[in-house]
Amino acid sequence: MSATTPVSSSASSSASGAGRTLPLTEGSTVQRVLRAAVTPGGAVFILAAILFVAVVSANPSFGEPPQLIRFIGRTAPIAIAAMGQYYVIVSGEFDLSMGAVIATQVVIAGNYIGDDEGRVLPAIVLMLVIGALVGLVNGLGTTLLRVPSFIVTLGTMLALGGLVRFLTGGAATGNPVDTFREIGRGGIQDVPVVEVLPYPVIILVAIMVAGVWLMRSPFGRTIIATGDNPDAAALAGAHVWWVKTRAFMLSSLSATVAGILLVGYAGVHPSVGAGYEFQAITAVVLGGVVLGGGRGWLLSAAAGAFALELLFSFLNFQEVESTWRPTVQGVIIILAVAAAGRAWSLGRRPSRASPPAPPAAPAPSPTTARPGTETGEI
Amino acid sequence: MRRKIHRAPMAVASALLLGVFATSCSTEDPTDSTSGTDESSETSESPDASEESPADEQEWFDQAVYDEQYEQRSATFEGDSATPWLQYIDGEMTDTAEYKSNKAGKACFANASISNPWRQTGWITMNQQLEALQEKGVISEMETRDAGDDDNTQIADIDYFISEGNCDAFIISPNSTAAMTDAVERACETGKPVVVFDRGVETDCATTFIHPIGGFAWGIDTAEFLIDNLEEGDKVVALRILPGVDVLEQRWAAAEKLFEENGIEAVDFFTGADPTEIKTFITDELNKGEVQGVWMDAGDGAVAAIEAFEDFGADLPVMTGEDEMSFLRKWEETGLTGLAPVYSNFQWRTPLLALEKIWAGEEVPKEWVLPQVPITEDERGDYLEANDGMPDGHYAKFGGEDLPGYPEVWQERQIP
Amino acid sequence: MNGTRATTDPTAGTPEPAAEPQESVRRRRAARPKAERRRLDSTALIYLVLVAVVATSAVLTGVEGRNFFSQGNVWAVLTAMSVLGLIAIGQTLVILVGSLDLSVPYVVSLATVIAAGGMKGLDSNIPAAVVNTLALCAVIGLVMGLLVSLLHVHGFIASLGIGLVVSGYLGTNYQGSHGAAAPDLRLLGRSGIAGWIPTAFIILLVCAVLVTLLLRYTRLGHHVYAIGGNQAVARMSGVRTALPVVAAHVLCSVLAGLAALLLLSRTGVGSPTIGSQGRYDLLSIAAVVLGGTLLAGGKGSVVGTIGGVAIFAVLDNVMGVMQVNPFLKDFVRGLVIVLAVAVYARRSVVRRPPRFGASRPVLPVPSSAGPSTKGERA
Repeated sequence: MSATTPVSSSASSSASGAGRTLPLTEGSTVQRVLRAAVTPGGAVFILAAILFVAVVSANPSFGEPPQLIRFIGRTAPIAIAAMGQYYVIVSGEFDLSMGAVIATQVVIAGNYIGDDEGRVLPAIVLMLVIGALVGLVNGLGTTLLRVPSFIVTLGTMLALGGLVRFLTGGAATGNPVDTFREIGRGGIQDVPVVEVLPYPVIILVAIMVAGVWLMRSPFGRTIIATGDNPDAAALAGAHVWWVKTRAFMLSSLSATVAGILLVGYAGVHPSVGAGYEFQAITAVVLGGVVLGGGRGWLLSAAAGAFALELLFSFLNFQEVESTWRPTVQGVIIILAVAAAGRAWSLGRRPSRASPPAPPAAPAPSPTTARPGTETGEI
Repeated sequence: MRRKIHRAPMAVASALLLGVFATSCSTEDPTDSTSGTDESSETSESPDASEESPADEQEWFDQAVYDEQYEQRSATFEGDSATPWLQYIDGEMTDTAEYKSNKAGKACFANASISNPWRQTGWITMNQQLEALQEKGVISEMETRDAGDDDNTQIADIDYFISEGNCDAFIISPNSTAAMTDAVERACETGKPVVVFDRGVETDCATTFIHPIGGFAWGIDTAEFLIDNLEEGDKVVALRILPGVDVLEQRWAAAEKLFEENGIEAVDFFTGADPTEIKTFITDELNKGEVQGVWMDAGDGAVAAIEAFEDFGADLPVMTGEDEMSFLRKWEETGLTGLAPVYSNFQWRTPLLALEKIWAGEEVPKEWVLPQVPITEDERGDYLEANDGMPDGHYAKFGGEDLPGYPEVWQERQIP
Repeated sequence: MNGTRATTDPTAGTPEPAAEPQESVRRRRAARPKAERRRLDSTALIYLVLVAVVATSAVLTGVEGRNFFSQGNVWAVLTAMSVLGLIAIGQTLVILVGSLDLSVPYVVSLATVIAAGGMKGLDSNIPAAVVNTLALCAVIGLVMGLLVSLLHVHGFIASLGIGLVVSGYLGTNYQGSHGAAAPDLRLLGRSGIAGWIPTAFIILLVCAVLVTLLLRYTRLGHHVYAIGGNQAVARMSGVRTALPVVAAHVLCSVLAGLAALLLLSRTGVGSPTIGSQGRYDLLSIAAVVLGGTLLAGGKGSVVGTIGGVAIFAVLDNVMGVMQVNPFLKDFVRGLVIVLAVAVYARRSVVRRPPRFGASRPVLPVPSSAGPSTKGERA
């Protein structure tokens, strides 16, 4: 439990923070936490907790702090990717290029750094720049060229993946120096209770904190407003194209960080990152974030990633054949989304009790639950 | 695997339950209808399942082929052992007098894909072999179509070659066995020589079918090594890439049989060769209890498996990988007890050399079985030295040391 | 997606009572001649691109010393079009109605193993096997349609989830090729008119014509456009929104099943991976969008889709003739997808009437969409 507690407590604080614009704000903290827990974005924390209990009861050694912290460490890349995907999804778009970005970064790490310690820092800078560039291309393609993001990022996925493989002859030469891999593989030694505190855990927490701060900043509010109703946001003075482009850049940068961690954790291999885009989208959706934009909490996306990984571990411990894994995953995401759609619409009920009110007041706040319905429901 | 199938419904049921929970804790009760529809989709499929009597791994185990490959491992190979890509087991030969030709011919190569390091290494070797034979005046050019791992595309590729290619010979590396049979037969009907290599097809119309001994031999070599180095009751984690690829399934079919007979507990996972997955599976297994051995149906990703043990702080396992450089290097570095089975990568040279023989009118083996000898710990040093400077995705027994461009072309992975 | 929809759809936000009649007039007009002319325009554009691609390909093929218009090459291009074409027609329907289908590769794979398993290599088994297979596909489509229309699960998630369910089933129960196609079916796979036009392509054309007729001349077809354009408005106009959505998904899955039968006629055996091998999910969506259909729904045509499929087929063909590096092929595909769609997307946006007229309407339509949704659910 020691793992989920910090996560869920920070989450509930953000939940209540992000909830300030939702009709969830009144009442004491306890009440707000309880109310947040019954929304899809809150339920995912309970789901993760239940799965955690299930995994531990199936295999008690999993609950020991050292094992647990390792589990968090290995889930960090997908959680970070899910949070990156969150920015894009909440702004109303998709990012299918994540896997290709991760693959690209992995290859850059392998080929550019190689055995040269001195190149570790330049490489990180280079990778971040490339990540930002891919995001910029995705964002501008979506906003200025007006190509649907599904298609732009699909194109980026094919083009980037093909180009990298073409330039490197299919695969990277080998693993980069251990100093670089330490980021994803090592940790602070001799920490009490958990023995080793993996760097990925620290990075994950840092990114979570930064993300929560970002979502509370004006930019965060604008991103949700844009996903909710871009026209309303534009009328309210937001530069929709730039907001969305930044969301894509955040997504690609998250993929870059996930890539850096994966080079350490898994090593350089052409199939690292394969399918990450769909895993990340699944995690985000499991976190109750609505496809189509405007709804959901950042930390729920991360919790979705944890729930998914816990589920897979649970299936492993139950010795369910690994070929059944996709089936279980498929059933879960359908149910989660069906439930979430239902819950969000019920959450709107109070405001509908007085239907005459909204038309009179022109869009009282861009983040009210309503305008996004149109696409969220399809 | 079969013994686990009864757990599958439980998995689905638990998924449903979890979903029900997720829903009920969020709001009212829309789940009734949701789970209802999903169950209906499940049940609508299951009748077919029982009707079709779906395949399980038993389908892949063939006692006769197993016995044959068991013998072939210790068979005598004809030819010079310095050029193993030309060696073969004595057997039926194809007379090629009708194909004899004095001028350089055009080869048409329908390749399945170059989507993994093993195929990339082979593809580089093949191109350098081509260069050598072009200089020699045997082959004028080789036209290649890459099917990108798709059966349908490869069938179209072969048909295209037949109608438009102006080919003097066909080389086919089938993407899958059964699906490619018709297309290969159509190529045979043109009356031109047809060389099939790597995976086979269900027809013997090809002039020669080139392949190393095979999957069962791999399974026997690796399983026997693990059994020798482990004790009864020890646990082995088997890491497999994909279901349904015959070459890979046969490796596991043989190994699983031997593990069962010798009281070794084996659990198998499909990893897609993704090191992230490999690490996750192994860590979860270590969480459950001790693991004494690791078996792989291809060495791709072996390093991640070893690192999982290191990171967990567990004793390194007895392990079989492959002759991929990454595994050989890690094996030496860690000093674990290991074996590198080989699915002879040098077979990519043989098809072109076979064409040279065919166009010269020399007879070639109908089924050209190449040697397939694992690399043991004693030989490891030699192979590491010989392949110094090669990238991790390179295969030690690539057999291209005497070809033009060695070693730069392989080091820089120049893929045409 | 949401963004594109909201910015390109002129009817997205028209809540004012006064705007209502005006709105429906515009809708009605849009459904009739004006729409036809506009569709013809963009379709003409797509075919102009196709002609340009064919001309370039013919030149490049000529440089390689081949004839693009030779019998074998025409046969190859048309064959390459057939399977992806059938799937793309189904995908067009689903996209027009505002949904997506990512499950097609798995449906295709499942259909090949079920059909091949049912035929067992005997001609006498063909009718039963074909009916069984298509019925099973229809059931899968039905489940997806119901998830999308009644439970309001986003098509992306519903189809991704169903796809995962099917893929787990396939992975567990079918390892390697299965069954055998009947000789007559295999004969069909090789037959054609005068060695120029394969039968498979004729089947594609027949399906394209039938679906076009369905879209243009039936009520169901008009409702498909109406719902894809704006579900809320369609519902308020008295359209039963569930039926067209379900019908589109059922047709899409059945067409995927038909495509599977064509594949089976070529390969001769059922294969549990053949659908994923062809990457039919993303490629069919790309082809549909390349064919000028709006990814957000409501606008597009099957004729355009066939054009999009043809562009892909010709592109692949010429890259094959030129022996382009396989990795580079993906790069080119990705680039073409984005650039081509950028051309249409910009065009269609420019041609749109101004979004907000003289009297700026009050923002979104929540109260109108919401209650009816709720009413339907309750």
